[in-house]
Amino acid sequence: MTNQINWEFPQALEDEAIYILRETAAQFEKPVLLFSGGKDSITLVRLAQKAFYPGKIPFPLLHVDTGHNFPETIQFRDWLVNSLGLDIIVRNVQDSIDQGKVQEETGKYASRNALQTVTLLDAIEEGKFDACIGGARRDEEKARAKERIFSVRDEFGQWNAKMQRPELFDILNGKINIGENVRVFPISNWTELDVWNYIRREKLEIPSIYFAHEREIIERDGLYWPYSEFLNTTADEVPYRQKVRFRTVGDMTCTAAVISDADKLEDIIAEIMEAKISERGARIDDKRSEAAMEKRKQAGYF
Amino acid sequence: MEVLRIATSGSVDDGKSTLIGRLLYDTNSIPQDKMEALHAASKRKGLDFTDLSLLTDGLVAEREQGITIDVAHIYFSTPTRKYIIADTPGHVEYTRNMVTGASNAQVSLILIDARKGIVEQTYRHFFIASLLRIPYLVVCVNKMDLVEYSEARFNQIVEEFQQLLQNASFKAQDVAFIPVSSLYGENVASANGAIDWYKGPTLLDYLEGVQFDHADSVHPARFPIQSVIRPRTTEYHDFRGFAGKVASGHFSVGDEVISLPSGQKSRIKTIEQFEKQLETAHARESVVITLEDEIDSSRGNMLVKTNEQPKQLKEISAQICWMDAQPLTAGKTYLLQHGVNRVKAKVQQINYVIDVTSYQQTTGKTTMGLNDIGKITLKTASPVLADPYSVNPANGAFILIDEFNNTTVAVGFVE
Repeated sequence: MTNQINWEFPQALEDEAIYILRETAAQFEKPVLLFSGGKDSITLVRLAQKAFYPGKIPFPLLHVDTGHNFPETIQFRDWLVNSLGLDIIVRNVQDSIDQGKVQEETGKYASRNALQTVTLLDAIEEGKFDACIGGARRDEEKARAKERIFSVRDEFGQWNAKMQRPELFDILNGKINIGENVRVFPISNWTELDVWNYIRREKLEIPSIYFAHEREIIERDGLYWPYSEFLNTTADEVPYRQKVRFRTVGDMTCTAAVISDADKLEDIIAEIMEAKISERGARIDDKRSEAAMEKRKQAGYF
Repeated sequence: MEVLRIATSGSVDDGKSTLIGRLLYDTNSIPQDKMEALHAASKRKGLDFTDLSLLTDGLVAEREQGITIDVAHIYFSTPTRKYIIADTPGHVEYTRNMVTGASNAQVSLILIDARKGIVEQTYRHFFIASLLRIPYLVVCVNKMDLVEYSEARFNQIVEEFQQLLQNASFKAQDVAFIPVSSLYGENVASANGAIDWYKGPTLLDYLEGVQFDHADSVHPARFPIQSVIRPRTTEYHDFRGFAGKVASGHFSVGDEVISLPSGQKSRIKTIEQFEKQLETAHARESVVITLEDEIDSSRGNMLVKTNEQPKQLKEISAQICWMDAQPLTAGKTYLLQHGVNRVKAKVQQINYVIDVTSYQQTTGKTTMGLNDIGKITLKTASPVLADPYSVNPANGAFILIDEFNNTTVAVGFVE
């Protein structure tokens, strides 16, 4: 019954997100916006631009570069930062590896996804950031569905699901103890479709890999993996060219592609409406166990 | 497109998760991979059916114990509306989570097992829906298949519930009753003929028909200032705007406004929403307001229309729900946050604690424990610009924060 497409973006979601961003800027001394180059953090940048207009965005962006990003994402990041005149801090997972703080995973499923938590926590400590704004959405995953808008983390960045503060009406309590910080999720109540409709309404630019393009892929575990120098392959995994696009953008080693011809926003939205697979179904990092996300959150991941 | 927020509550056994699962399933809102993960997880638990509660119980501790501990947010949409369900636990020890989940809801959905009728949780759920003055209440009498779809049984439960309504503090609530079988999908998203004596809407039809409160004009205009925007750039050298979200009512260009608590008056020069200029800002819209005159206003102050000013409260009577393991103590000082404004507040007196099933009030208490609901009197260090919750809910609630550990310990409703 709902195969009809909702093109309309629910305006209440933007008003709510802007309110949250303004509360963040007012209640904290050093907020930072966690930027991944994906559509959700691009949406956050737009919301921040609107929240403080005609003033500037009063906090910098922080990008944790795993070194395994899609080159298109990095190019896009640099373009966005330049065109909007934003401040950005970039921290590299490679540095954490060189410092011996984390160890590169091995084997064919090796990914730097889990490693970035350490780099992130170091960057938060170094920058003395007391609020980290992230683009996580509650519809993405069942542990995220339980998280507050102002989510308090301890000194080690850990999330304690059982000790969450009650959050009532739109009253946000950002008071924290020394050493704690808060993860702020302004688009908690947005769904994947809401984000796409917002990108469409606001005519936002997004990295080219969201649109259908030809690239080398391999098949593994029923998913299409982008072939790159970072992916450890076995002899029988032979790359071939295929027209694909990405529905979610993480690392090249943990993001699967979907076969698609959608090269316009309208086609992408129509494709999502018809999709039988959820957005994070293409995230290899979530498939490690049923509680993969909850465990990573406890460890200080977004 | 409008967003409708629904609060649900109940225990594992009353079929709530199945009902929500059914709503999602029948509106094509569960993708195939999530459905497959549910099948697999149910099998691992040794179940011979797909346990839809695994969809909403997102935490390891919840799945282990088969109970809902915290509020989960579930999303689905139809061609006309986006829905947000706040699914909350029903046990007495999680009353605070029920209040949390219900605080943003326009619709409260109460589930009753047709075999059991009204139980203790029904009272608590109804009490909270009434305390929060949720405009719509829909009572789903579930598991009708287990009482042979009996009209008499349904009517009996409706009658029992009517008794409850007589005690309600909030009389204007719109109440509806629907007989459903979530297991067979009867009257959830469609009527399949098993309950032919029922002529009313299905649950989904009912939700699609809920009217939104657009009566901005009946509530006084309130604009709590979140921050002052002063770019000091060449282009906007003299720009000075007040950023905030309209709490209630509406403001238009040219309106005479007064900034509280200072009492300085001016007129609205512009209302801005990013690069757009608006004529009017309605309730819940995030905007920037500029004034004709340079007046001294900052975060925590409030712009209101000169002819509808709130009282400046230094003594507050309020119903509260206590949410912390450490009890509330008369005589202790907390931080009171009303909207974006924080002031110190001292608990003068605990007037009474109320039993949510019998409505009996116990007076003479000096402490309130976790999940207790009651009435207290507070004295604040500076005036709070609140309306009575019963007159203007959007400007009538507050939270209390513990000054020492910074956690949110209570929610209050100004009387």
